[in-house]
Amino acid sequence: MSTTLTLNLKVWRQANTQDKGKFETLKAEDIPVDASFLEMLDIVNEQLINDNREPIHFDHDCREGICGMCSLNINGIPHGKDSGITTCQLHMRKFNNNDTIWVEPFRSKAFPIIKDLAVDRTAFDRIIEAGGYIDVRTGSAQDANSLPIQKELADDAFASAACIGCGACVAACKNASAMLFVSAKVNHLNSLPQGQPEKNKRVLGMVRQMDSEGFGNCTNQFECEAACPKEISVDNIAKLNSSYTIAALGEAAGS
Amino acid sequence: MAVTSINYFIFMQALLGSIASFWNSSIGKKFIVAITGLMLVVFLLGHLSGNLLIFAGRDAFNEYAYFLHHMLHGVGVWIARIGLLGALVLHVVATIQLTIQNKASRTDYKVQKSQRSTLSSTLMIWSGLTILSFIVYHILHFTVRAGNDYNSVEYAIMLHGHKAHDAYTMVMHGFSWMPAVIAYVIAMISLCSHLSHGVASIFQTLGLRNKKSAAAIDLGAKLYTLIIFVGFLSVPLSIYFGFVK
Repeated sequence: MSTTLTLNLKVWRQANTQDKGKFETLKAEDIPVDASFLEMLDIVNEQLINDNREPIHFDHDCREGICGMCSLNINGIPHGKDSGITTCQLHMRKFNNNDTIWVEPFRSKAFPIIKDLAVDRTAFDRIIEAGGYIDVRTGSAQDANSLPIQKELADDAFASAACIGCGACVAACKNASAMLFVSAKVNHLNSLPQGQPEKNKRVLGMVRQMDSEGFGNCTNQFECEAACPKEISVDNIAKLNSSYTIAALGEAAGS
Repeated sequence: MAVTSINYFIFMQALLGSIASFWNSSIGKKFIVAITGLMLVVFLLGHLSGNLLIFAGRDAFNEYAYFLHHMLHGVGVWIARIGLLGALVLHVVATIQLTIQNKASRTDYKVQKSQRSTLSSTLMIWSGLTILSFIVYHILHFTVRAGNDYNSVEYAIMLHGHKAHDAYTMVMHGFSWMPAVIAYVIAMISLCSHLSHGVASIFQTLGLRNKKSAAAIDLGAKLYTLIIFVGFLSVPLSIYFGFVK
């Protein structure tokens, strides 16, 4: 097996948010099989820069699968077809020599394209601002075991908290729905004692912000769960549905 | 008196505001779709059990039809009709609005692969609209009885000492005509495609599904869909092919 690959890239190029954008065909040569997908793009970009051409713009940060910054729809699937990984954890050994790879940005009306493959995901930040926190005093952390929490609850909350907010759920959903992200963030806090005093306010605030950002509605196809690099469960969505309904009824009764 | 009516006005305004905000939220509207879907799912089972009486013979079927039209002195059937019509209208209006919003939220990919979606789940709006047009046809066919002579004196009979409608002969006649049978078969294929995604979805949207119950819910939904498909098709097909005379 050769240790380097030659690949045909079909990369989305778009100068700015208003630009119509189009695919550009680029040849990626001498790509080591041990390179990550992002490192492959780095190599292509170096060549583009040497040729005095505009490099491909794409989001990245930690490059170890925990920051949620990298994105990309690779051959039709967010973060590529392997499950449980982000684009930075996808390695070129998963591809064959002379493969054609389609590279597109995460597409959604709520994630406008900034340039090329980089999209604006601040809609997620605004959803967090609408309730994805707890109002407690700041200061030094309290003693780790001062709040006893059942093991099952802690596990559930931790599984939900694993969401890195990358937006793959929105990118994979045919309705560009953000339900998996919002439900993970809501359940993470709502299932713990620290989050419970504000649980109704949180779910109402975050769901309303989600709706106002222009995300679509969940149609229970579970593409999000399949695409999620952290394998967040759609059980979160079921829980969000009932918590929202209960909170909305409570709000109506209180008004 | 004036204060009470102002309080009442404020209360009503707040209540209507809450209902509007629930209806306008993504989850609220889906909740309405699920609840109305559940009503229609339960109705289908009732409808099917009545239909199958055709195999019990003319008198049993006509007696059942007579009972439906005279329960609660004839008011019962109208309560059911208005309730079902209300559920249907809410279900259709909400899903059309949701579908329009969903299309508006997405910008299209050049290459997009699905990993989980079933074919039925991607066709919900189309199977739904097919069923809607079938419901209109079905009501005109056997309820309003437009474009046929099922309301004529030929179909008025005496049954156990009271005047009744010969629903049995109507159904036998209705399903002896091939185009009608074909329309019913197409409608049932659409219905079962719709149910194969919709029934399990009800549980997810109402928050009653999780990884532990998922297998049981999916199996139950499949069984229900199969019963509806085989049960509803058994009537027109056995009449058309002469198994029931």
